[in-house]
Amino acid sequence: MNKMDFIKGQDAGSAQQVGASPPRLEARRKVTGRAAYVHNASAPRMLHAKVFRSTVAHGRIRSVDVSEALALPGVHWVLTGEDIRQIVPNPYYGPAFHDQPVLALDKVRYVGEPVAVVLADDPYVAADAVNLIIADYDLLDSVDDEIEAMTSKAVVHEELKPAGTFPDLKHLHGKRNTNIALDYHLRRGDVASAFASAHRVFENEFRTQATMHVPLEPMVSMAVPDDDRLIIHTASQSPSFVRLEIARLLGWPENRVQVKVPHLGGGFGAKLYIKLEALVACAALIARAPVKLSLTMEEQFYTITKHPTTFRIKTAVDAEGRITARKCEIFWNGGAYADIGPRVTQKSGFTAPGPYDIENVEVSSYALYTNRPPAGALRGFGIPQLVWAYESQADIMARALGQDPLEFRRHNLLRDGRPQATGTIMQDSAIHEALELVAERLGWNEPFDRGSGDIRRGRGIAVGFKASISPTTSVAMVTIAADGSVSLSISTVDMGQGSDTAMAQIVAQVLGIRTEQVNVVHPDTDATPYDMATLGSRSTYHTGNAVKLAAEDARTKLWAMARDAGIDTESGFSWPSVFKAHYGMQAGTIIGTGTFIPDYAPADENGQSPLVTPYWMIGATAVEVEVDVRTGHLNIVRMINAVDCGKPLNPRIVETQISGAATMQLGFTLSEEMNFEAGQVTNASFADYKIMGIHDIPGIMENHIIEAEQSKAPFGAKGVGESSTFGISPSIANAIEDAVGVRLYELPLTPEKVLRAIRSAGGNPLED
Amino acid sequence: MSKDIAFTLNSRPVRVTVGSHENAVDVLRRFDLFGARESCGQGLCGCCTVRVDGKPLSGCLTLGLKLEGAMVETVESLDAGGELDPVQQAFIDQGAFQCGFCTPGFVMMTKQLLREKPQPDDEEIRSYLSGNLCRCAAYPEIVKAVKDAAARMAAAAA
Repeated sequence: MNKMDFIKGQDAGSAQQVGASPPRLEARRKVTGRAAYVHNASAPRMLHAKVFRSTVAHGRIRSVDVSEALALPGVHWVLTGEDIRQIVPNPYYGPAFHDQPVLALDKVRYVGEPVAVVLADDPYVAADAVNLIIADYDLLDSVDDEIEAMTSKAVVHEELKPAGTFPDLKHLHGKRNTNIALDYHLRRGDVASAFASAHRVFENEFRTQATMHVPLEPMVSMAVPDDDRLIIHTASQSPSFVRLEIARLLGWPENRVQVKVPHLGGGFGAKLYIKLEALVACAALIARAPVKLSLTMEEQFYTITKHPTTFRIKTAVDAEGRITARKCEIFWNGGAYADIGPRVTQKSGFTAPGPYDIENVEVSSYALYTNRPPAGALRGFGIPQLVWAYESQADIMARALGQDPLEFRRHNLLRDGRPQATGTIMQDSAIHEALELVAERLGWNEPFDRGSGDIRRGRGIAVGFKASISPTTSVAMVTIAADGSVSLSISTVDMGQGSDTAMAQIVAQVLGIRTEQVNVVHPDTDATPYDMATLGSRSTYHTGNAVKLAAEDARTKLWAMARDAGIDTESGFSWPSVFKAHYGMQAGTIIGTGTFIPDYAPADENGQSPLVTPYWMIGATAVEVEVDVRTGHLNIVRMINAVDCGKPLNPRIVETQISGAATMQLGFTLSEEMNFEAGQVTNASFADYKIMGIHDIPGIMENHIIEAEQSKAPFGAKGVGESSTFGISPSIANAIEDAVGVRLYELPLTPEKVLRAIRSAGGNPLED
Repeated sequence: MSKDIAFTLNSRPVRVTVGSHENAVDVLRRFDLFGARESCGQGLCGCCTVRVDGKPLSGCLTLGLKLEGAMVETVESLDAGGELDPVQQAFIDQGAFQCGFCTPGFVMMTKQLLREKPQPDDEEIRSYLSGNLCRCAAYPEIVKAVKDAAARMAAAAA
């Protein structure tokens, strides 16, 4: 029975939808290999694009000779930055700064930056032609490191160009001779006197490395000109942004740009904002033909990365071990283009003091330009880099004070009703519960075999939190056709996290139907309404609220139409009969709409706000590790994760989000690291960049959902895609110290680093 | 250089012109078969797994011309009759995928594993599937799905 014949409330066999775990709507398509990805797309007369990239980290472009490439049979066009200017006079894009050119103009700022593009009949011909392009540069001094970038004479951008979208970036407009794209500051209380009167002060520096999202579907976009319109098929997490930004570049109204997103083969933050879309759009308009650009796995490493960071954290404690003050200085290596880095710097920056109740706080967070590939959002939006530092330091302090690390945290953690560093009062945040649960499951207070000989065992815990990027907007539309069948239109992108299914569950719950009866229309900006983007674990709460409102609106309209037709809505009624009564035949559409923007209060000049986020995400991890003291090799024996995601909409999918995010962060903790030489990534391949495989999963992994409920959320649910990343890195470093007594300050925690630390501590350091 | 070749594709005879530089994934795309996907391009991720003469191969490392005369099977062959293969059903029931991009490769390798070893233990499963990567990290669910599929196939055979 697929028609909604006699449906009202919870009858028609529609048991509870929200909180159940129906399989993903697209499950059959995925296991049969028939799911649509942009990867599969083509169009008549389509040209294949291949990018010619900079080989220098920083240089002035003297010349780009494309003549030989252009002469190769099968090549239609070879475009450089100056060619792009024909159709976009000011071809710079970006969500925070308009700093990134479609193709390099005047200067190149990192190795791998797109300088020219070949359009050819065949992708292999395009690749051959790229090898015939010759570029000549005047080399400029470059800057790699985020700390050097603070004072470096090498300046990546002559002038800062904030996009104007964010009021707090306006003061940066036109600033010259600086690599600081944003300096964010938060002040609360009196840090100086608290440090002066402290019992103990701890000062540490922690660093994180460059990593890449490596979605297995490499970035891919195709632009198809359609008379005075342009259709862009793209593997994007932000179709609404792509439409507005491409329209802005072209000087067109938004309705002449259509952005379509089918399934995504993973995103993790890599496929946000503009990646390949501006290039294929311009190329297609110049060539007057469809243009498709499919990156290789290697090229992804030159496109977007996760911010390397240096975090200087200074903390004062009183004689009881209570944290009285904390000063945080964070330096974010944003690479050559800002992308969303300034948002990471600020929106994550204000959580840098951690989920602790601290009277006196100072945060300075700096987004820095360097001559590295651009850095942006990656599953956690900067939070894992911060938790790495504050939860490592929590153990350093606990040990120095002779306190149990769990007890130390219990004393200091924020409780609901207490102000966070921004002044926003914490609520609906199960920080204590998450920590207690993982500690209990690990058996924190039980006897523990610490090992002997070459294999030593240790345990570690960590807890972190994240605010939602705010304020952002989501719009949803629920339609009921005259036969009673229901569709949901949203621009939220299901990249594997299961949003299609979760949103369909909300619609089904409100309308009293079954989840699989809801057709979810994939993002198509001609048909699906605005959604800010699929990022930062915002969809469940923001889109979810909009979807719930839209479904309620559709329900209200259907019920009203039924009453107008004299149909008794108190008992079960046939939906098609309502349309038939109203329109005289099977005709008409009911359109329910919903728009959601959370409550939000902008911060003052000291970073203080009564409502800085609509909700908090909480994640805690406890691990037991074995360290081989001969090799420094780690074995993660047990990993226990717990998150507060409110009430889960689909507990089974939530559990896989917890497990998947934790495993991804495990890669960033143990092995993943982009290596650079003269600005060039030297390991842009799975052969040399090691992501977690099936053998790398901890022997025992538990993933727990704390019993909780988020207020003002759809059915009490909030996002969960990132929460289990928070505690992974510091809990492992804490367990290493517990096992072998050495403290590591830099990720990743490779066997070499562990062994060097063990040998140094033993007075027998390894030679370089 | 290119050449006309003939081979059997998912039980049907086909003929196609293949360039000497093209790989098996390129050739399959000509037939609108997109289940084998090029991801890493180096034979390290398993997304492009196809079965050639009974053996699973990385499509991205297999020259298209090598398909000449071969018996080629892709993931699209598994539900040819409209019914899911037990392996595919087990992947759904165990929630063994998220984005789905690597899934056809895992399904193809699981199918092969169960042909060779109908009742594998956890370590054998991990070892056999170690050439397939899943960035969403659905590995725990994949191991469960393989065992589930093995149980279903054993039950069906009994």
